[in-house]
Amino acid sequence: MASPETYVPQNHLRRLKWRKSRDRVIEFGLLAAGLVAVFVTLSIAMILITESLPFFEKVSIKEFLTDTMWTPMFDQPRYGILPLVAGTLVTTMVALSLAIPCGTIIAIYLSEFASHRTRELIKPMLELLGAVPTVVYGYFALMTITPFLQKFMPNLPGFNMLGPGLVIGIMIIPYIASLSEDAMRAVPKYMREGSYAMGATRFQTATRVVVPGALSGIAAAYILGISRAVGETMVVAVAAGLQPNLTWNPTESAATITAFIVQVSLGDLPHDSIGYQSIFAAGLVLMLITLIFNIGGFLLTRKFREVY
Amino acid sequence: MSDTHTSSQGANKLVAEVAMQSLRRHKLIDQFFVIVGLTILFASLLTLALLFTDLVRDGAPRFGWDFFTHFPSRNAERAGILSAWVGTSLVMLVTVCVAMPIGVAAAVYLEEYAPKNWFTAIIEINVTNLAGVPSIIYGLLALGLFVYKLNLGQSIASAGLTLALLILPIVIVASREAIRAVPRNIREAAYALGATRWEVTAHHVVPYSSGGILTGLIIGLSRAIGETAPIITIGALAFIAFLPTSPVTSDFPYVSFTWLSDPFTVMPIQMFNWVSRPDTAFQVNAAAAGAILLAMTLLMNGIAIYVRYRFRKKINW
Repeated sequence: MASPETYVPQNHLRRLKWRKSRDRVIEFGLLAAGLVAVFVTLSIAMILITESLPFFEKVSIKEFLTDTMWTPMFDQPRYGILPLVAGTLVTTMVALSLAIPCGTIIAIYLSEFASHRTRELIKPMLELLGAVPTVVYGYFALMTITPFLQKFMPNLPGFNMLGPGLVIGIMIIPYIASLSEDAMRAVPKYMREGSYAMGATRFQTATRVVVPGALSGIAAAYILGISRAVGETMVVAVAAGLQPNLTWNPTESAATITAFIVQVSLGDLPHDSIGYQSIFAAGLVLMLITLIFNIGGFLLTRKFREVY
Repeated sequence: MSDTHTSSQGANKLVAEVAMQSLRRHKLIDQFFVIVGLTILFASLLTLALLFTDLVRDGAPRFGWDFFTHFPSRNAERAGILSAWVGTSLVMLVTVCVAMPIGVAAAVYLEEYAPKNWFTAIIEINVTNLAGVPSIIYGLLALGLFVYKLNLGQSIASAGLTLALLILPIVIVASREAIRAVPRNIREAAYALGATRWEVTAHHVVPYSSGGILTGLIIGLSRAIGETAPIITIGALAFIAFLPTSPVTSDFPYVSFTWLSDPFTVMPIQMFNWVSRPDTAFQVNAAAAGAILLAMTLLMNGIAIYVRYRFRKKINW
């Protein structure tokens, strides 16, 4: 029988060895969870490319990019993505023309003018605006904003890009305001104090010291806003009409890339039909547009980055 | 001599006056900006209030027990959201069960285990980028991967997995922030007592950051509950007048998982279906469903804010 002096440490050592090996197994499991993100990105790229390849076998890239009609479900189909891209860009522009000024002003107000208490109270309330389900915003655009706009523009059709564009703008205000405000608050306090010491007012300090100093973060906020607006689906699907229409006029009805994907998905498509393949081609274009904005934003933020 | 003296005095006075004037003007601009800022702020918040009251007013005729216990129907007044809310609950169940373990594990790995190298950087860049991917792209991913490649079909499992991937970046980012907020000396104290890395993580770091993790999860779920586009893309039917198989059975082993492969509908799809009908009677249903959906999201966000507030107050490092 082993004496207690030798028995205890040996048991202890065995336990420690077991705990160590358990640690290694668990670390491996945690790493696997981290790799899920990489796996998702790769799957997105792979699925969009492989599923749209059959589409590009039937439709030339030239036709896809230059034709001005998008009617893949018609008897005589035409496959020009331009009308969908135009619809996407128009709604995005309308949204940004509302969200960028409003979001930036709110951010400056919260960061430079509001008291700590006000900021802590207002910020979560503002974030609720971004939490509203998009289909609810769609209803709002169709049943409230468009009829309201029609009072001033009697010729505005029931489905148009202006109303949904404005609603998307409201939706992305919190993103732009919240991220810009974070960027502005990251500007060191001594920069503000230097400005105040020179006799500048709050507004002068905000526009000439804080905003230039936070420009890279603000640009990143705008880029996120653009990504949201480009990818927004339900608001336009509900309220912008689903007819592809090559126009730059926001008061007309049109379909966006996202709305087209929804419209096709609502029907029951066979796996090998060109309609099924066309939504992946449209998705690929959407992804590329988002990517272009993000790369542009990355270069822009790097150019404006201030290091304190 | 005295002439120049008085003129320079006058000039000084003039300069001072101009400076005062300019200062007064700039102070006015300040006040003006405060008014503009507050106006825009309250206009945005008012929009939210308007949105909610609009939905409640338009949907008022439908509020009642029957709306929750009836299936959708061709008759707008008798149509309800029974299959929609059951579907939403089951899809959310799958989403939580997938997104929570993976999200927290990934966050723990990135904060506690990952070495600082290019490999970790790739994972981090991926998480950030995924947060900016439009939700409909997740729908296309799910259509290609879950529905056709993995043959899960247009089922509750497909939808739950899709939404889990969609909210994964939200859960990871929130959990990482919460884990990072746990002070270093807690970890060092545990290590000093001989705990292994996993023991430090599981017994100390994760429990102490559970408030932040919970907040992130609730915010993620409130996003998932209202997501429509990716679920439409995988082909969820809008007219479902039956319930999925019950998860609880009367025979041994009392739980069944066949509901995972059942067709379904969810609240936002039901609302979209009603809103896109030309018959205005269905707009009332859409408004009522929207009011309930919005109330649920606002409630979840409210809970998240409360949890964050409570945990922040309770913890004194």
